[in-house]
Amino acid sequence: MAFRLRLVPEKTNIDFFRWAPVTFGGSVALVVAAIVLTFFMGLNFGIDFRGGTTIRTDSTQAVDVGAYRQALSPLNLGDVTITEVFDPTFRDDQHVAQIRIQAQEGDEAITPDTIAAVEAALQTIDPAITFPSVESVGPKVSGELIKTAIYSVLTATVAICAYIWLRFEWQFSVGAVVALVHDIALTVGIFSLFQLKFDLTIIAALLTILGYSINDTVVVFDRLRENLIKFKSMPLRDVCNLSVNETLSRTVLTSGTTLIALIALLVFGGDVIRGFVFAMTWGVIVGTYSSVYVAKNVVLMLGVKRDWGKKPEGGPGGTQFADIDA
Amino acid sequence: MLQIPLWKRIVILGLCALGLIGAAPNLFYDRVERHNDAVAAVERTGVETAEQTAAIADWPSWLPSAIVNLGLDLRGGAHLLAEVQVEDVYKQRMDAMWPEVRRALVSEAKVAVRRIKGADSELRVEIDKPEAMEKAVEVVRGFASPVVTLTGVGQNDLDIRTEGNQIIVTLSEAEQVATDDRTMQQSLEIVRRRVDAAGTREPTIQRQGQDRILIEVPGIGSAAELKELIGTTAQLTFNQVIRRTSNPEEPAGIGNVNYPSAEEEGAYYILDELPVVTGEELVDARPDFDQNGRPAVAFRFNTSGARKFGDYTAEHVGELFAIVLDGKVISAPQIRTHIGGGSGIITGTFTPEETNNLAVLLRAGALPAKMEFLEERTVGPELGQDSIDAGRVAAIVGTVAVVVLMIASYGLFGVFASVALGLNLSMLFAILSAMGATLTLPGIAGIVLTVGMAVDANVLVFERIKEELKTARGPARAIELGYEKAMSAIIDANLTTVIAALILFFLGSGPVKGFAVTLMIGLITSVFTAIFVTRLFVVTWFARKRPKTLIV
Repeated sequence: MAFRLRLVPEKTNIDFFRWAPVTFGGSVALVVAAIVLTFFMGLNFGIDFRGGTTIRTDSTQAVDVGAYRQALSPLNLGDVTITEVFDPTFRDDQHVAQIRIQAQEGDEAITPDTIAAVEAALQTIDPAITFPSVESVGPKVSGELIKTAIYSVLTATVAICAYIWLRFEWQFSVGAVVALVHDIALTVGIFSLFQLKFDLTIIAALLTILGYSINDTVVVFDRLRENLIKFKSMPLRDVCNLSVNETLSRTVLTSGTTLIALIALLVFGGDVIRGFVFAMTWGVIVGTYSSVYVAKNVVLMLGVKRDWGKKPEGGPGGTQFADIDA
Repeated sequence: MLQIPLWKRIVILGLCALGLIGAAPNLFYDRVERHNDAVAAVERTGVETAEQTAAIADWPSWLPSAIVNLGLDLRGGAHLLAEVQVEDVYKQRMDAMWPEVRRALVSEAKVAVRRIKGADSELRVEIDKPEAMEKAVEVVRGFASPVVTLTGVGQNDLDIRTEGNQIIVTLSEAEQVATDDRTMQQSLEIVRRRVDAAGTREPTIQRQGQDRILIEVPGIGSAAELKELIGTTAQLTFNQVIRRTSNPEEPAGIGNVNYPSAEEEGAYYILDELPVVTGEELVDARPDFDQNGRPAVAFRFNTSGARKFGDYTAEHVGELFAIVLDGKVISAPQIRTHIGGGSGIITGTFTPEETNNLAVLLRAGALPAKMEFLEERTVGPELGQDSIDAGRVAAIVGTVAVVVLMIASYGLFGVFASVALGLNLSMLFAILSAMGATLTLPGIAGIVLTVGMAVDANVLVFERIKEELKTARGPARAIELGYEKAMSAIIDANLTTVIAALILFFLGSGPVKGFAVTLMIGLITSVFTAIFVTRLFVVTWFARKRPKTLIV
């Protein structure tokens, strides 16, 4: 017998729904908390959504936020945020800061003169400073970007649900959408809690989370659909449990490989995409949890029709694609 | 039983080979890029330098030379989103119409008229005799012509209404749409020519939505530099000088403007706003020197420009004449004699470089309307390189970790899955290269994510095979059933992710779009490798060894 790594024992028989009131109730509570938190604390919107300018500085000298601020104050730029950036991928003498300047009254994008003035002011206190990136977004575009972002998340959710509804049953679709709302709410919530920068790439991450979470949910649903046909008289709760148990080792392994790849990116990928990768890492964890504890619970609560085998409309679910052959 | 027909084997292996060959140039990115640049340069200029010959020889031409484009965030460069002020053109149209309308009203409707200041996009004319209004409107209506568009059939290009003793002329809606479209096309073309003239690599110049232009130029120092290159206005006109003044606030009067001199501090010119000739009628402009050896720009008009210029100079001998660039009077020479032939030179306080740039700008033509910049981003090349390095390390670490985990979990089957993963990545790169897709930083993240998710289809199949083995119908049957039964989960799971990626692609922009493309292609190649390539390995291995028992 060759050695095999077993993340999950060969045969498991865990009762995933034993603590349903706690797990599902906990999820509901967390979602509510996340929404309330986002509502009261708001999100730390990046310039994509708020307009303004960010300048990244890079220097061999240490960053002195106070001195930077002092150098910039005569320019009367309004709200200026200066944060030092730390990252394990930086060289020893590499000191990076991010300067954010609010959108200037009456201007669409910030004028080159302003940027030149900022750069000159910083160069007087630190001659070694360079500016590897300067980004400026006008209020007109930022307003549109936020609209597009909301539309895209909504459209994706609706499209995915429609697909699930077509391929499964409406109860599955409801379960999937609740799980998706759960994942999005918790991800947005954690960005609000830690006031992490929320920009366009985070929206991309949210959509990827949608894709990943639904991927996971569908795999368990697929097995559930198959088992519902196979074990017609077994109570729904037991069929659900059996399906989750049967797919458990796959769930753990796939989440594991995805998480490994994401963690590598989180550690070695540099600070520019850290927010994006963090959102995805968090989303994969939450998404894996939700496909078991949220989506299944909803299906369990709604109940589902049990006469799958009788009318094979479009073929009995489980083997619809079975004729694809290599 | 477990059999794959020969033709299928050939197709599968052929696709894998294509993937490997197509991805190969990306391993020699710099060399291939130099080769491609040199080939493009030789094609453009027709001459070949020794350096270019060496660069071309450096990569054999029989090998594929398509490589992924690096996005701005990886290569460094500038990104601009500009909004074209299409209404500017309405004003120009109205201004240009006014002299003719005036002439026609005076001679045909026998009324005295004057222009009243109204909105920029309208021509507001007051007539002195209200009883002649009907006739006047009829005269003005004579200027309208039908618009030919898909939707606007039967519509005229002008809307004419009256308000008391005023006639108000505006462009009709159909004409506005048509005008906007022309303005946009012209702006795009001019921006493209100006950016191309600077000779940067693979600029992206796209129309976005109704009135926007997206400009992305890799390798340029900053967005400010790019803006300078595009030139926000660069409009050249030749105007009649009404008088000189030293007061910048001096009211110019209706139809006139007050422009500063570019040469003399504190000198201003009151000019007739309507130009005699515009830069649009130039056919050539080149750097030159005047008789005193000062840098100058020589220009030549087309036939109609030459006639207008000739007529005007014949009628206004002895008067001053202003050459205006971007709202500044470059020079205001006196007209000594009638200038026929339609050519001349512009002198001013130029350096030879400036005359060169000015000549390029003039040749490229003026932008029909102003552009406002809504979004600008600059990424330095060092930051881009740092991101590439970081992405590469993450991809390698991620891949190695996934491979280790897969082999530890599935043994030989894990090896199959790992080889398939490698093929999957090379196919992904081959497709990205062939499509000319742009790889962005989120795109690299997409690839790393694909590495993690790609094994999912394999895991689904392997787990299924493992389950089927328990029912003890023999290893061959278990493998067959494993693939069969895992299929619906694989298809459903991946299609839903493709839906999310598609939406990202259509609604996202820039780097996000790049991410959507890599994610989508990654999903397709990973499904392909899982259900065809890994299966081919498993089946071939099984046919050779014929194991009695199977351990997955």
